[in-house]
Amino acid sequence: MKPAVKQQIVISGVGGQGVLFVTRLIAEAAIDKGLPVLTSETHGMAQRGGTVVSHLKVGDFASPLIRPRKANGLLALKAEIPDAHLLFLEPDAWAVVNSDSPRDFRNMAKLFNTDCDQLALEIGNARSANLVLLGFGVAATIGGDHVKQPMFCSIEDIRNVLLKRFSGNKKVLDAAVAAIEAGYDSFGSKRSSK
Amino acid sequence: MGKSVLMLGNEAIARGLAEGGCAVATAYPGTPSSEILSSIASINKDLDEPMHVQWAVNEKVAFEIAYAAAITGLRAAVSMKQVGLNVASDPLMSAAYMGTKGGFVVISADDPGPHSSQTEQDSRFTAMSAKIPVLDPDSPGQAKEMIKLAFELSERYEIPVMLRPTTRVCHTRQDVLPGAMSRISRRPEFEKDPARWAATPKFRFHLHGELEKKLEKIAADMSTAPVSVSKGQDTSKAILVSGVAAAHAKEILKDLDLIDVISLYQVLQPFPLHTTFMDHLLNTYEEVLVIEETTGVIELQLADRSRVKGKMSGFVPRVGELLPEKILNLIEDFVGKDLTPHEQAAPGGRRPTLCAGCPHRASFFAIKKASPKGIFTSDIGCYTLGLNMGAVDTVLCMGAAIGQAAGFYHAYRNEEKQPDIVATIGDSTFFHAGIPPLIDAVVQKIPFVLVILDNRTTAMTGNQPTPASGVGACGESTGSVDIESIVKGCGVKFCQTGDPYLLDDFIPMVKDAVQFSKENGPAVVIARHPCILDRSIKMPYDK
Repeated sequence: MKPAVKQQIVISGVGGQGVLFVTRLIAEAAIDKGLPVLTSETHGMAQRGGTVVSHLKVGDFASPLIRPRKANGLLALKAEIPDAHLLFLEPDAWAVVNSDSPRDFRNMAKLFNTDCDQLALEIGNARSANLVLLGFGVAATIGGDHVKQPMFCSIEDIRNVLLKRFSGNKKVLDAAVAAIEAGYDSFGSKRSSK
Repeated sequence: MGKSVLMLGNEAIARGLAEGGCAVATAYPGTPSSEILSSIASINKDLDEPMHVQWAVNEKVAFEIAYAAAITGLRAAVSMKQVGLNVASDPLMSAAYMGTKGGFVVISADDPGPHSSQTEQDSRFTAMSAKIPVLDPDSPGQAKEMIKLAFELSERYEIPVMLRPTTRVCHTRQDVLPGAMSRISRRPEFEKDPARWAATPKFRFHLHGELEKKLEKIAADMSTAPVSVSKGQDTSKAILVSGVAAAHAKEILKDLDLIDVISLYQVLQPFPLHTTFMDHLLNTYEEVLVIEETTGVIELQLADRSRVKGKMSGFVPRVGELLPEKILNLIEDFVGKDLTPHEQAAPGGRRPTLCAGCPHRASFFAIKKASPKGIFTSDIGCYTLGLNMGAVDTVLCMGAAIGQAAGFYHAYRNEEKQPDIVATIGDSTFFHAGIPPLIDAVVQKIPFVLVILDNRTTAMTGNQPTPASGVGACGESTGSVDIESIVKGCGVKFCQTGDPYLLDDFIPMVKDAVQFSKENGPAVVIARHPCILDRSIKMPYDK
């Protein structure tokens, strides 16, 4: 029997980037796998371009919030990550960041970065950078070296969630699937080019 | 059914209302409560007999509509945020005396932090002041179940019952098991009883006595009694929690391997606190730690607080959200463990800002051009963010832009030089609380300009309709009220409407208004351009 999943992920960005949507897709993937899930989200005024953060906890938890130094990973839609969000990460946490260059990200043991905005533009859907990052994050944490706790869900799990959500709208579905796949594939191509 | 679905706390509350057979649901939007009513609206089409679901002009009106339905015997609910409860507090206080026939649930969402509110006030305290029971959920799943419990409690004792979720319940998503949506087959039957429904002071005295008797029984009702979460070996100490603090504490005690050591009790109904439970607690344990948000409502009801640690004693912080890391330290301190150190993050990140292309930006630009040295009173909504443009000097509460404008005029009236006063208020906020102060300003001939920022929606809370929209909560067509007619009806002599995007015309309009007001009293400019986030409205020059 596989050990029970217990995973805490912080998803960081600014209002309007689609932090809530990414959080929701991952949470739905958890439910599809029969796992208990809790998320905590930022609504209200901060959604007007202010800093937003989601907490996602999959497995046997009671509290909707992640305590400092307890998160296994971070998905960051903005490269300028507030210190307050970095403080959630455990010492050997992974971080998946929407950024074209690996910067000096404090406290990050495992950094994976790619320019999701550029990839989203390339597939003709500038607003899908959030999904590109999700696809990239799944690929990087599962396929990357020395990741202590890879994301609990696969790219197929995410695709299935999208299939269910957008079953009535093929155009939106195709665009969303294209975005997660662009992110996913970009990890592979990054590796082979190294 | 039988399969869990991901539900936002507010969706779970909506689901609870549908499963509990609610017939009338009303609300005024406000973070963190707004998604409750919109979720009901989306469930409504699946019901055999749909509920009446509506956004009311303000919380007081929302309360009165739902309450009247409840006294006919139907189940009804009203939802709002904590500061909205202030607006609805007038009918609340009386409804507590008169009670109800059908289940009546008042949902008031608190915002410890505060994240998106003017205050950290505790709605449970208002429930205590009104003398109605209040339930305090720890999660979306519990919130759904508590709605049904609230309906039953409300009908058993003929009393309004409050559900008090906080931001961390409203905006948490969880896997929740949906139950069957039941429609209770009830017809409205209003039984005339003037001694109750139209009670004069003499009868109110009697009703107050009845209310006290009800509370006594509710404080002994087993359905809402505190729950023993874990029984510890240590018989000297106990921890008492409610709301989301209970969820944090459960997890923390497990992480600290204290779940079998310290007794943990969860209060479901912080007011009235169960009397036998209080006795048990104080007679059994030498020390009790109470963790609750945001005021010490439970703690206050413990008669002997000499062995109680909480907000009143100063052990638990009185200000700010009780984040799990704070609760961790409180528990560590309480049991005599070393405190886990927590780094403080430097304040950072981005402040919220008006969207690029937001019509309010243009309006504020025009106001600053027309009146560079004015005093700018403003109000509650997206346009509060005019702060960033130096075009907002005051924000007090819903509707205060106008009342405060009058106050500033009176304060400076004997000075040699009197500042221009330009007030800004959103369309929805104007309908909500702006009309009485405008009437007052006309009567007092206050020289000020009111710019009504009419973006045709309630933007900040997620683009709910306004009374001018002609569309209801479920997308149905409704009547509509136009702002110009109200302004003119209030007796304002200068009322002009312009599109702030067309600055060449709009700036002179605001300047004219400023000039007019100096001689003649209130002038109103309606700055009309739809919210760029509201895709339902197209402008003539949009593609």
